[in-house]
Amino acid sequence: MLDVDFFRRWLRAAAAAVEREAGRLTELDSAIGDADHGSNLQRGFRAVTAALESEPPETPGATLILAGRQLISTVGGASGPLYGTLLRRTGKALGDSAEVTAEQLAEALGAGVAAVAQLGGAKAGDKTMIDALEPAVAALGTSFAAAATAADEGAVATVPLLARKGRASYLGERSIGHQDPGATSSALLIAALAATAGE
Amino acid sequence: MSTDKPVGVVLVSHSRAVAEAVAELAIGLAGGGATAPVAAAGGTPDGGLGTSSELIAAAAAEVDRGAGVALLVDLGSAVLTVKSLLAEGDELPPGARLVDAPFVEGAVAAVVTASAGADLDAVEAAASEAYDYRKV
Repeated sequence: MLDVDFFRRWLRAAAAAVEREAGRLTELDSAIGDADHGSNLQRGFRAVTAALESEPPETPGATLILAGRQLISTVGGASGPLYGTLLRRTGKALGDSAEVTAEQLAEALGAGVAAVAQLGGAKAGDKTMIDALEPAVAALGTSFAAAATAADEGAVATVPLLARKGRASYLGERSIGHQDPGATSSALLIAALAATAGE
Repeated sequence: MSTDKPVGVVLVSHSRAVAEAVAELAIGLAGGGATAPVAAAGGTPDGGLGTSSELIAAAAAEVDRGAGVALLVDLGSAVLTVKSLLAEGDELPPGARLVDAPFVEGAVAAVVTASAGADLDAVEAAASEAYDYRKV
């Protein structure tokens, strides 16, 4: 069973990964975006970490909802509402149980990913975070480690794609050949989940 | 179609200068009498390029007179941030609505219509109709 402590550790691990990889995310975003993905997420996850310290929620669901809110209000770019919606919707789907199973988390994360797809109007193959998140959710039924691998493969598979959403879509053909920054940060989030589960 | 209280209009851009200039343009073109309340929510709180949910919520509260608030937005994160604030439920005044319209033309249509005392549906319709006006 996954308790509130597991979710706090996941978010702290995600924040640490964002700190570590912020430079790389911004570098990817400078190729096809507006070169702020790393610094934007850094600001957002620092706010998440601070909020978890100052007002620690008591359930897994409330933890994700709090984190989502922080991301929406502090990131400043499209990744704020997108990641905010992912975490908040996942948190809402978990309800107010004190502990959840890995299966419940997989199902809730599926609802979160669907909400992100709806908000951004993106589907698989559009060269967005959906390309990492959808395969990750599908693989969660197997294991956290399988989800991390699937997310990473999904992110790498965005390289040859033509961007259809966001700032990168204005580049048309020139977006081809670059890995999507959003899919890359999504893979970091899922890798942090697997690491938290000890896989 | 008309109410005693005016609909508020919020202009959300990635740039403070763009939001403020479009607000000024719309108010100027609606001029001749009292205009509906208009607020600009452009850029980040520190003046950089981006979208701020904080500025958007404050702007919506500022123009809310109880008749609803029409939010017009420019690109990407402006659209997504307003949508997620609306999904949150209690961040924006009751009757706040994301209006699907071209930013500049829609803003002018919205402010002119709201200033004439129209309700939120009419303001939204006028702003959205700006999409139908082809330039060539």
